Amino acid sequence: MSVLVYLDSANGALKKTAYEAVAYATHFGQEVIALAIGNIEDKQILSNVGKYGAQKVYHISEEKLKTFANAAYASVIAQVAKDLGTKIIVFSASSIGGVIAPRVAAKLNAGLLSDTNVLPKIENGQLIVGKTVFSGKANATFSLTGEFNVISVRPNTVKPSEVGSPVNVESINVSTQESDFRAIAEAILKTSDKISLTEADIIVSGGRGLKGPENFYLIEELAEVLGAAVGASRAAVDAGWRPHSQQVGQTGKTVSPTMYIAVGISGAIQHLAGMGTSKVIVAINKDPEAPIFKVADYGIIGDAFEVVPALTNALKAYKQKIS
Amino acid sequence: MKIIVCVSCVPDTTTKPTFIENNTKLNEQGVQFIVNPYDEYSLARAVALRDATPGSKITVITVGEANTEQNIRKALAVGADEAIRINAKPINAQYVAKQIAHVVKEIGFDIIFTGKESTDYNGGITGNLIAAELDIPYTHSVTSLEVSGTEAKMEREIEGGKEVVRASLPMVLGSQKGIAEPIIPNMMGIAKARTKPLTVREPIPVETPTQLIIHELPKPKGAGKFFKADGNVQEAVNQLIEALSKEAKTI
Ligand SMILES: Cc1cc2nc3c(=O)[nH]c(=O)nc-3n(C[C@H](O)[C@H](O)[C@H](O)COP(=O)(O)OP(=O)(O)OC[C@H]3O[C@@H](n4cnc5c(N)ncnc54)[C@H](O)[C@@H]3O)c2cc1C
Repeated sequence: MSVLVYLDSANGALKKTAYEAVAYATHFGQEVIALAIGNIEDKQILSNVGKYGAQKVYHISEEKLKTFANAAYASVIAQVAKDLGTKIIVFSASSIGGVIAPRVAAKLNAGLLSDTNVLPKIENGQLIVGKTVFSGKANATFSLTGEFNVISVRPNTVKPSEVGSPVNVESINVSTQESDFRAIAEAILKTSDKISLTEADIIVSGGRGLKGPENFYLIEELAEVLGAAVGASRAAVDAGWRPHSQQVGQTGKTVSPTMYIAVGISGAIQHLAGMGTSKVIVAINKDPEAPIFKVADYGIIGDAFEVVPALTNALKAYKQKIS
Repeated sequence: MKIIVCVSCVPDTTTKPTFIENNTKLNEQGVQFIVNPYDEYSLARAVALRDATPGSKITVITVGEANTEQNIRKALAVGADEAIRINAKPINAQYVAKQIAHVVKEIGFDIIFTGKESTDYNGGITGNLIAAELDIPYTHSVTSLEVSGTEAKMEREIEGGKEVVRASLPMVLGSQKGIAEPIIPNMMGIAKARTKPLTVREPIPVETPTQLIIHELPKPKGAGKFFKADGNVQEAVNQLIEALSKEAKTI
């Protein structure tokens, strides 16, 4: 039996989430077949997916599929799954894979779980998967009982590691239908963020405690030393200090980084909804009673205007020492 | 233009959920239900679209039991014209999508608003599944929408930026914050909502290959390690770096 994994790509390269989806797929103990769609000139990139656990890599480079159209990608992937007989199909729950997965499931009348954040299990032949629900306040376990089953994996759930070696890449040809191109991506507008929030390994977020947009340079400098992305609380976004694309929480992004540093953020339940599954949470807040300390693993109780510059400097020195 | 807004009713964002019946069901005792926050964005955008497009009508659709009617009235109070409640527990996204697709096929549709996700099971897939059932396009996490004739231009949130999407109607979209400011109902809206039509329909039989087995509450975290900065900021910073490098191994 085999698992089919869709590889997220953009600008001719694979995204970090592609390797994560492959790493997740290796946990079924079945053959892993990876599939990329679109313009990837450098075949070595695809071949190297073998290193992360794929036994086969297929590539579809159809001209019409060079721009993203979720319905068209879904039709093609559903067809490949049927042709290959891969009963489990894995996506990243990213802005690419996450919007293809449901449509593939609908086409195959498949079991479906989106945004899983735990490893899957096969128990007595049953496929068991799980995710956080109620915005991180509970966990739920599901069984997927379709002939085909589709799963999308929350970014940062699994760390890719080298377990194999490069493999041959096979091109496949597919046919597309016009009606699948009724919504197409025309252009990408980049934000100035250097690292995308949902993919970041470390996030430094600032809240109302920073007192104004002019003080966010403190957050940016700390993020810079750590190679981290910058986030914000809703209070900071609603005040117009930061763009909504940086908001973490119930009505912003759900993130799951290795380390989340909250500066001047009280830790309201709606903020925790977006970052509660971070592996390590660090709080910097002058109020020892702030709810953020209830979920934090580490923290400094103190004034952000003194603590953050000192931390940034000390981290610079530390990084120099270890490099 | 026939505008459909799908509304789900979810526990208030401050709810601390507990579960009953061997942890298979949410304990609704004492839980305040609200209109899903993303559906409020949809409603607000739909109202503006209707007002800009003469001859348009907004139909709100909910899959839910009788206790959702209070929230359906809220949706009518902010400006929707009529509502349909499909009388069933919303078992999962696949179930809900099939129920909604079945009804809208009958009543007609040009644009169907859903929320980017609902804040209970955070699936983020219902709108996409409705679109698949109807074989029309879907666009996710939409932060701006312009409609002219049967063409729509949208921006949607993606990692590190936005994507500009062009789509043709009929279509489905998943609203994200930014698409419109939620409308707060006024007295007149609330009064009018009482007399707007709310039709109840029975569900069609739907089986889905996705079953919820159990809910669990996350294990409580052990107390964290906190360092006081007062008096000696440098000391606290050094202790934190020591802990992050030696224990947490995150730096
Ligand atoms: C439907 C709904 C959805 C929501 N969605 C979100 C969401 O997606 N994301 C989100 O973040 N919020 C969300 N909220 C809002 C949430 O309830 C809080 O209002 C918000 O998170 C507060 O932001 P904050 O922590 O920055 O501000 P505050 O709660 O004001 O906290 C500021 C913190 O800074 C500390 N502080 C002040 N000065 C200093 C200093 N000099 N040094 C160190 N610390 C200092 C204070 O002690 C305090 O803890 C939502 C609310 C609702 C009702």
